[in-house]
Amino acid sequence: MSDASADPSHSSIVRDGIAVGVATGAYGVSFGALGVAAGLDVAQTCAMSLLLFTGASQFALVGVIASGGAPLSGALTALLLGSRNTLYGLRLAPLLAWSGWRRAVAAHLLIDESTAMSVSRNSTAAARAGFLSTGVSVFLLWNLATLGGALAGTALGDPRTYGLDAAVGGAFLALLWPRLDRTLNRVVAVLAAALALGLVPVTTAGVPVLAASLVALAAAVLARPATGARTGPPADDQSTSSR
Amino acid sequence: MSGVWVAVLVAGAGCYLLKLAGLSVPPRVLERPLVARVADLLPVALLAALIGVQVLGSGDRVVVDARLVGLAVAVVALCLRAPFIVVVLAAAGSAALVRLLF
Repeated sequence: MSDASADPSHSSIVRDGIAVGVATGAYGVSFGALGVAAGLDVAQTCAMSLLLFTGASQFALVGVIASGGAPLSGALTALLLGSRNTLYGLRLAPLLAWSGWRRAVAAHLLIDESTAMSVSRNSTAAARAGFLSTGVSVFLLWNLATLGGALAGTALGDPRTYGLDAAVGGAFLALLWPRLDRTLNRVVAVLAAALALGLVPVTTAGVPVLAASLVALAAAVLARPATGARTGPPADDQSTSSR
Repeated sequence: MSGVWVAVLVAGAGCYLLKLAGLSVPPRVLERPLVARVADLLPVALLAALIGVQVLGSGDRVVVDARLVGLAVAVVALCLRAPFIVVVLAAAGSAALVRLLF
């Protein structure tokens, strides 16, 4: 960090980042508990938080395994969900302006929260401060909380008694909720859920969720002329900055 | 269980490379509207499908049980702007309560 401007805003950016880290990291407890409830052991659950380190993908992989799907179709679902981080990176790359090993390390911390806390900054120094304070504090707390949740989950016994199977649906809904701000997204959500449920009786577990990605592809292609006609100025770049 | 380890390692490596690619690829790719729209809609479709399968799926059947109550309570919690952990706990707690009572 070569910025000499240690102004008050810098420390307040770091404080905000740590606050987001504490709030987000805390729900790593629920991931840890759900991981062992799905049949993973403590080491596998913790390895997911260390290596994947992107919440929705982790919940998806665990969810597919919990419903009896092939682990690799769970991994594929996790990768499809993780593709949004690529877009965050495209947006942040010129702002963070890291290269070499710094970029390689920063990439691991590239998640919803670190993007949200850095994408709106005006200077590289401020963006880096927001990105690092959020990314590092989420990483530390998310992994500690995962371990705690996994150990607690192992001690609990049958997860259904505590409604942990219902907790997965609640967690997915909480992740989906902020994205339901447009009619197109709501239509895609309903169609995707309907398609997946329709496929449940006729395919192996894991396939229904993957097939639902076709709804997103179809909607993206078909919605093209409509959105192009509706929005006059090309203000179409709000996909990441709103969260 | 070794299949799970393979899935964890493949997903871990893949998720990291997706992040690194974003920081390394020229930003022109994002300017293609179709790419941006697919990336925007993909999480919506996948999360909605996961909700459907998690809440109503049971093996190769679609069943209605206490999990649907949990999801309904989660909707209420989200409408009340509850934080993530509260939503998850409310869904779990209400489903557990339904199972205890019925």
